Amino acid sequence: MAEPLPVLEMTGIVKEFPGVRALSGVDFRLFPGEIHALLGENGAGKSTLIKVLTGVYSLDGGTVTLNGTSVRFHSPSQAQQAGISTVYQEVNLCPNLSVAENIFIGREPTRFGRIQWKRLRREAAELVDRLGLDIDVEAPLSSYPLAVQQLVAIVRSVGTGDADGQGAGTKVLILDEPTSSLDRDEVLELFALMRRLKGEGVAILFVSHFLDQIYEVCDRMTVLRNGTLVGEHMVRDLDQVGLVQLMIGKALDQLEELHDHQLHADVGESLLKADGVGRTGGIAPFDLEIKKGEVIGLAGLLGSGRTELARLLFGADQPDTGKVTIGGKQVSMSAPNDAIAAGVAFCSENRKTEGLVPDLTVRENIILALQATRGWTRPIPVAQRDELVAKYIKALDIRPANPEARVGQLSGGNQQKVLLARWLITRPKLLILDEPTRGIDIGAKAEIQKLVVSLSEEGMAVLYIAAELEEVLRLSHTIGVLRDRKLVAQLANGPEITPTRILETIASGEHQ
Amino acid sequence: MTTTPRWRTLTRHHLFWPVAVLVVLLLVNVPFTPDFFSIKMTDGHLYGSLVSIVLFGSPLILVAVGMTLVIATGGIDLSVGAVVAITGALTCSYISDQADQDALSGVLLAMGIGLVAAVVCGLWNGFLVARMGIQPIIATLIIMVAGRGVAQLITDGQIITVNSEPYKLIGGGYWLTLPFSIFVVAAVVAVTVALTRRTALGLLVESVGGNAEASRLVGIRSRRIKIMVYVFCALCAGIAGLMISSNTSAADGNNAGLWIELDAILAVVIGGTSLLGGRFSIGGTVVGALVIQTLTTTIYTIGVPTQTNLVFKAAVVIIVCLMQSPKFRAKVFGGGRLGGRFGGKRGDRSTATPADTAATPETVRTMEVS
Repeated sequence: MAEPLPVLEMTGIVKEFPGVRALSGVDFRLFPGEIHALLGENGAGKSTLIKVLTGVYSLDGGTVTLNGTSVRFHSPSQAQQAGISTVYQEVNLCPNLSVAENIFIGREPTRFGRIQWKRLRREAAELVDRLGLDIDVEAPLSSYPLAVQQLVAIVRSVGTGDADGQGAGTKVLILDEPTSSLDRDEVLELFALMRRLKGEGVAILFVSHFLDQIYEVCDRMTVLRNGTLVGEHMVRDLDQVGLVQLMIGKALDQLEELHDHQLHADVGESLLKADGVGRTGGIAPFDLEIKKGEVIGLAGLLGSGRTELARLLFGADQPDTGKVTIGGKQVSMSAPNDAIAAGVAFCSENRKTEGLVPDLTVRENIILALQATRGWTRPIPVAQRDELVAKYIKALDIRPANPEARVGQLSGGNQQKVLLARWLITRPKLLILDEPTRGIDIGAKAEIQKLVVSLSEEGMAVLYIAAELEEVLRLSHTIGVLRDRKLVAQLANGPEITPTRILETIASGEHQ
Repeated sequence: MTTTPRWRTLTRHHLFWPVAVLVVLLLVNVPFTPDFFSIKMTDGHLYGSLVSIVLFGSPLILVAVGMTLVIATGGIDLSVGAVVAITGALTCSYISDQADQDALSGVLLAMGIGLVAAVVCGLWNGFLVARMGIQPIIATLIIMVAGRGVAQLITDGQIITVNSEPYKLIGGGYWLTLPFSIFVVAAVVAVTVALTRRTALGLLVESVGGNAEASRLVGIRSRRIKIMVYVFCALCAGIAGLMISSNTSAADGNNAGLWIELDAILAVVIGGTSLLGGRFSIGGTVVGALVIQTLTTTIYTIGVPTQTNLVFKAAVVIIVCLMQSPKFRAKVFGGGRLGGRFGGKRGDRSTATPADTAATPETVRTMEVS
């Protein structure tokens, strides 16, 4: 098949933020009439690339060519005028206005400075009709479910530039995670619309965490990792295992070498049981049992629902379905307090926004959780407080070893240790660690992993989330595999459990 | 500038700038009133400018101390002025209905009624902010506006005067040679410090104000804490309301405590508590309130004409706020060229004030991490 000329070509794209090179020399091309998936883990540079393309960020290097002419956008509206439209995950429309008004907002057909309402409604109806949608354009947008609102957002962006009624405006449509809050039928409707637009020659850039959807609807894909281009492939040429490997960036045999485990065998009685616990838009209902002294590792791509699962077990988000029992007693999980009272501790992956109070001192941050369980009327006695804090500063080797230091000034690894200390002094039965080793140096990383092992030997259950598979494999008795916001498998760790096996499970989504 | 370690430790103390401003303001008075610092004993009462500053500043200190805790949680309470009016109106109208206005039990009951009303206002504010999730500035605006109406309803739009000796004590009486209100203020400040620093309340308040989501995830019951601080703030305003109406032996629904919320917020900011919440300093707030009261007194002593005294006050406030801004100090003193920079661009400086006021060291760091 002779390839037509790409409608959009980005070459050698570089984008730098202070201290970070978000994109280094990325090439990307988009052909008319194709659906092109942009893939990569969180932080791989997908959003940055989109934002550079749409003029949200300025370019630090490289060229963008649209229809053969070199372009450089300085704002999203410039990109839009040139025919590049973006629809984001959240619908940015006005729910109180009608569908037709939303479609034409900001570019209403006017005559003598007055809006031609009839023409506006007629053209909106024609546009909706042409795209094969059954939507009453005069109804307020809020009367439709979120999925339809999203379709309207797409119709709006496709209609961009056709104030003259020609509808030839949009050449490139960017859909950033449009399916994350849609159910299966709604996704199918969205795909039908995407295929229709593709048939009209629109080039669609599709970003999704759901690998199945990529394989269902996309023609071509570009994979990014750590801000660099890993490869561009036709979807039919690359299977899911190969894709996952590309995204994670390790060949399978390389993973095997690192894999050895010495886990203690004495896992105790059942501690926590989750029956059908789930949350719409978070994670599909799952069953999970955690035993005393057991380390459960969660494996899955970023965005596959690992954090969401952990947050439900802590009451950080409230489950819609199912029940959680801890130590034989059902826990309501209506707030973190319930879980904390039952002995659950949670170190969030977002240390700065969900963990530490940066203005407070190391000492204050460490005692915060224990103090919260005691309430404000019963302060921890000064002597006991200082002793506890000193003990954990020493045990975890927090530097500087100064309880009066402001926590915001500590390094990432030491901040993580402060968070760990905060929860360890509450003597939890289950410790949930979400990416505890992310962004910290290798020494601190090893210390934290060692700590997990010794805690579990003392009988504490640990739910361990990490991006690195070998890290999960090294520490865990059981590995929960997540994919597309579902807990698809729970594998007992053993010699036959290898990174390959886990990658296959992630890729295929099947129990084995 | 010489910077010995001891001097640096001193200037870095969070109370250094507020206290320095206060001292300078006090010294300004000396050339105009040579006996400014002298205190005389007359009729068994101590008199002097310093005593008056504390006496007249008492209601503001009370309101500002309550405001400090609200601001530390990241909130703000605009309703305190109206609460002052409501408390005064209820208490005075109850006393004026008594056959014997000098009866202690009646006066105590009246004060109790007034304070209960204040607490109810605080509960309402706390309910709107913590339970309903309404932004504090809007939630408390309701009582700020409606509360004055309620106060006037209670007084029938009149100024109610009372003639009660026991009631006169709290705002206008003397005890152990000093104005009684000074003791009330000292007690409230002491209780507040004990409540926040002897228990864990201060820590939890600072945690909620410093990072609300992290606080929720460690299991702090932040709603409860927020309701408590709004109730406490209203209670402080209520006591201030008693003091003001007692001092004049009258309740004026229209003017009692008018604009005191703004002075209180200013006092808190001068005292070094960031409007973004987090770290707070009760001591700083007391100093801040004294700065504002000293300023008012100074305006009278040095004889600024009445029609320009608000302008004078504004100018001083601008200077005080700029002095507190680390950015401004670095720019002006860092370069060592104080003279040339200050005169010319007054307009620019004053527009820059609100932002710079909020930019205490704490604020700057909070903004970096978030």
